[in-house]
Amino acid sequence: MNKMRFAWNEFNKAPLTAKIGLLIIVVYVFVAIFAPLIAPFGESEIVGRKYLPWSNEFLLGTDNLGRDMFTRIVYGARNTVGIALITTLLAFSLGGIFGIFAAVMGGWTELVLSRVVDILMAIPSLIFSMLLLTIFGTSVISLILIIGVLDSTRVYRLARATSLNIVVMDYIDVARLRGEKIGWIIINEILPNISAPLVAEFGIRFCFVFLTISSLSFLGLGIQPPTADWGGMVRDTADLITFDDYTPLIPAAAIAILTIGVNFVVDWFLQKTSGLKDEL
Amino acid sequence: MSNILRILFQRLALGLFTLFIVSLIIFMGITLLPGDAAEAMLGQSATPDTVAALRVQLGLDLPPHTRYFNWLLGALQGDFGTSVGSGQQISSLIGTRFANTLFLAIFAATIAVPLALILGILAALYRSSVYDRVVNVVTLASISMPEFFISYILILFVSVKAGWLPSLANVQTGVPFLVRLEMTLLPALALTLMSVAHMMRMTRASIINLLANPYIEMATLKGIKKARIITHHALPNAWAPIVNVIVLNLAYLIVGVVVVEVVFVYPGLGQLLVDSVQRRDLPVVQAACLIFAATYILLNLFADIISIVTNPRLLNPK
Repeated sequence: MNKMRFAWNEFNKAPLTAKIGLLIIVVYVFVAIFAPLIAPFGESEIVGRKYLPWSNEFLLGTDNLGRDMFTRIVYGARNTVGIALITTLLAFSLGGIFGIFAAVMGGWTELVLSRVVDILMAIPSLIFSMLLLTIFGTSVISLILIIGVLDSTRVYRLARATSLNIVVMDYIDVARLRGEKIGWIIINEILPNISAPLVAEFGIRFCFVFLTISSLSFLGLGIQPPTADWGGMVRDTADLITFDDYTPLIPAAAIAILTIGVNFVVDWFLQKTSGLKDEL
Repeated sequence: MSNILRILFQRLALGLFTLFIVSLIIFMGITLLPGDAAEAMLGQSATPDTVAALRVQLGLDLPPHTRYFNWLLGALQGDFGTSVGSGQQISSLIGTRFANTLFLAIFAATIAVPLALILGILAALYRSSVYDRVVNVVTLASISMPEFFISYILILFVSVKAGWLPSLANVQTGVPFLVRLEMTLLPALALTLMSVAHMMRMTRASIINLLANPYIEMATLKGIKKARIITHHALPNAWAPIVNVIVLNLAYLIVGVVVVEVVFVYPGLGQLLVDSVQRRDLPVVQAACLIFAATYILLNLFADIISIVTNPRLLNPK
């Protein structure tokens, strides 16, 4: 109960932007979970003629195949955000584990891992992922694996750099002398001490992954139809823009608003954690 | 001076080594695939004999390391082989497109760089003011937007509603320079909006870091005027980070054009890459990736070198 009150107090002290950000995230999660209840039609159900205007029956009109835009926006919350979240989790586990492991082991392990990461980061990630998507084909699984692995390099760098500061502490030496295993040291001594920067990084990486996947889907190389996905929906309805129609901007705005929300929350979190450091 | 030369040489060697490894990765992609270019070009109905003959003609029967060095040597001389899809020389496909991409990136940079530097330095100088906070929120929001969102907003308002600029930038060769500028202004603006936020935040952060140094505080305590502190104490040390910001941003622009090129139907290298990925035309994908990656790595290398040769501490050894 105390924790709840603490969280509530923190929330009240948060700047307006952070509150807006949190509200946005809550709304998106709600829509994603209850998508089938909110959406009036089926995800890829053809409900009328193509490119119907906005009306009471079809709130945002229909797309290039006559599917209801509003329904697909709602399901997009599930698909696009879900896939981005899984990819971020993958990138995080990979990068985090290898980064902390490299810091604890040191020596050759660290050197080899860091050089591999340097090389992978030398190639611009959108270009690299397009090369890999050509090789492995465009499916959701390969999309998640490719982006996850490529993005884990950035998590690796942060995890390694932050844990290097912890590894030199006396209590790590004590734990080693006590004969604790590497895994135990990582979980019980290092992770709790680097959690603050890692949590902020999770938000930043999610935004990056989310934007990358949306861009790839927009280019037709990401999430494949008929799955409702915001990037692909912009591509499907893009022709309408020349007829002075806002429809293609709606899925694009859905992407932008969530990313802005997450960034606002991360910004607040970063200021809070760095502010604490200043006081010490 | 020998110290600085040694560091430069090390950095150069590291950059070239990275380039070599990256080219190896890009090349290896093709050997991972089931089937090869010969099968892809002839389709499923081809007899084994004709496939074998084409393989010999394309040099695909040679061992991988020979093929790699042939490919790399060819690429260095501008010969990337032939496209699987169209049978055209890749170099002729890529030449003008890469020039177009560079044109767009440089056009965007000439607008974005001065704007970002001015906004960034101002935000750093007036830190925590209302201006700084507003700029922080605005840039954070614009970093969060997907590139196609910004592009379509520009198309809708500037081109469709107002009718000031054309919405498509499908420039052909031989278009007069001014017409070309007009046609590419909208994509250049989209790129500017995307990159200014990044660059500005980086400039702001590096200037703030710099102003936190003890010698700046010392100068302030000595009673030196603010303008003189900036020009004589801060700027000599700021060149490295600022040039770094500019060059990194150029690299970002050249690579980041892919989405913008597709939205505006601009005949650049990015659009060719997207088309080739969809057709799984591997030789073209390889060539485009190699050019993008090489540009990116070389620009980063250039940024490193600039920051070394402008570092006052390295230039004036004790």
